[in-house]
Amino acid sequence: MTALLEIDALTKKFGGLVAVNEFSTRLEAGELCALIGPNGSGKTTIFNLITGIYRPTSGSIHFDGAEIGGERPDLIAKRGIARTFQNIRLFEGLDVLNNVLVGYHLRLKAGPFAAVLRMPGYVREEQMMVAQAQELLEALELDHLIHEDATSLPYGQQRKLEIARALATKPRLLLLDEPAAGMNPEESNDLMRFILHILETFELTVFLIEHQMRVVMGICPRIIVIDHGEIIAEGPPEAIQTNQRVIEAYLGVGEHA
Amino acid sequence: MKKIITRNRILTLAALILLGGLLALAEGNLDPYKLRVLNLCAIFTIFAVTFNLIYGFTGQFSLGHAGFAAIGAYAAALLTMTPEQKVANFFLQPIVPLLADIQWPFLPAMLLGGILAAIVGFLVGFPALRLRSDYLAIATLGFGEIVRVLFVNWQSITNGSLGLKGIPEHTNLYWSWGAAAATVFIVKRLVDSSYGRALKAVRDDDIVAEALGISLAYHKVLSFTVSSFFVGIAGALLANLISTIDPKVFLFFLTYQVVGITVMGGMSSITGSVIAACLYTVFLELLRPLEMSFSLGPIHVPPLPGMRMVIFSALLLAVILFYRQGLMGRREFSWDGLIGKLNGLRLRLGRRESSSDEVSS
Repeated sequence: MTALLEIDALTKKFGGLVAVNEFSTRLEAGELCALIGPNGSGKTTIFNLITGIYRPTSGSIHFDGAEIGGERPDLIAKRGIARTFQNIRLFEGLDVLNNVLVGYHLRLKAGPFAAVLRMPGYVREEQMMVAQAQELLEALELDHLIHEDATSLPYGQQRKLEIARALATKPRLLLLDEPAAGMNPEESNDLMRFILHILETFELTVFLIEHQMRVVMGICPRIIVIDHGEIIAEGPPEAIQTNQRVIEAYLGVGEHA
Repeated sequence: MKKIITRNRILTLAALILLGGLLALAEGNLDPYKLRVLNLCAIFTIFAVTFNLIYGFTGQFSLGHAGFAAIGAYAAALLTMTPEQKVANFFLQPIVPLLADIQWPFLPAMLLGGILAAIVGFLVGFPALRLRSDYLAIATLGFGEIVRVLFVNWQSITNGSLGLKGIPEHTNLYWSWGAAAATVFIVKRLVDSSYGRALKAVRDDDIVAEALGISLAYHKVLSFTVSSFFVGIAGALLANLISTIDPKVFLFFLTYQVVGITVMGGMSSITGSVIAACLYTVFLELLRPLEMSFSLGPIHVPPLPGMRMVIFSALLLAVILFYRQGLMGRREFSWDGLIGKLNGLRLRLGRRESSSDEVSS
């Protein structure tokens, strides 16, 4: 059986800087895997490579058996990869419902003419989108905020909404970039439960970047640690916690001694 | 819910009938000067609403309006002029034989003007819309100038800088306001559809939009092409209104006015664009006396051509400095909003008189 996501010797160079160096990993369907590492170690760059924002310098990314390295981001999204962003990026001009509805647009079959003329086919699709969006917001306990301005929501809710919007594209692989950033312990506990919940109900595979060790160690069975764009450790939380190279990368022991 | 929708439909229909009646009344009774101003109101409405579609709703700062208007204007002019007029116009160099004997009715000529503008918009949009903000503005500005220079030099088709005279004056209030109403209707429908949401997503954050599976090229070009089509139509209306056009009509100045109007009306508000376009056109006419010479007792002021634009620019500056949202911001007119306001007003009046007044729906 092939893995859902298979990354092989992925490298990204910005001029002379090697941001990601020979990164390889496999994600099986249904897996929850964390990617951690010190600031600037190349985590977000890897996400940007998977989602097509950056073009790989070399190496390959296979999703569901097809090579997607360097493909246009919207086409990658259509294949079933969705993501959230490190700094929350909701659409300011739209309310909660419409932010989520944008996520359904990629499945719309009716053309712009049918949309302008409100042809029955389009109207049916639109009604279905709205119903699904409401259902999704209900499932994520955001339905009471449906007509609020997206950016006026409390921080934790904005994070959730961003995940809801990503889920609207019906992904098979969800990339979460520091979902717990800036959250207090209570909020991040809530988030952990939330991630486990969506992993199950939406039959997802989740790849997660996170700085809060509590979150990572709490829910991820497998952790990949990178530093300077290279994998320095990989394994279950217990093994990572005691790994000498990981401790050095984070605390700098040995380098300054 | 259903009831409210039906009520709003009826109100819209009534408003359209009322508008039609008013136009018929105006068409029959007003003098040509006032009629021209009203026609210009409609034409600038189309310009502003379409600019709003590209910039206000899609976030693409394009400055090509004058170029697209020129394409629509010349196409419609050449298709509607009589063969005799063409002979009289093209005395330096004869017109290409293909166009010499053609004379179409106004509607197909206008539509072809729009379609040509849309085709050019599509072709220009594809490469140009890959650029961001300032670069797009410069590229489309260049496009507008290229069209103008091309029309100055394409003697056998455009009659160069001599321009075209004696274009039949087909444009009347029905044509111009009919086209404006169609533009508003279609743009509003587009903006309120799933495609409109995608356009707004592209405007707010294109990287996120793309990560959600929205093709940037497709949606930007869609918005650009729809907009170009109606700008072409407006150009056709303009040509058949003023009956004389030359490349100087389509200087960058035209685009500048459209940008100013749209900003004043409020970005992302179609209502704002319509109101601002009408106010601007009428206001500019009211200011006309400012440019004439006049005497204040012993002081004699010479004529000051261009004075109106000084005031327009000052006004635009004031809007940008103190009232950045424009007239309407992002709000739109709606029957629900209007009725809500009226109900509020009635409630307040009712409370003053008696306490028996209740909210009825």
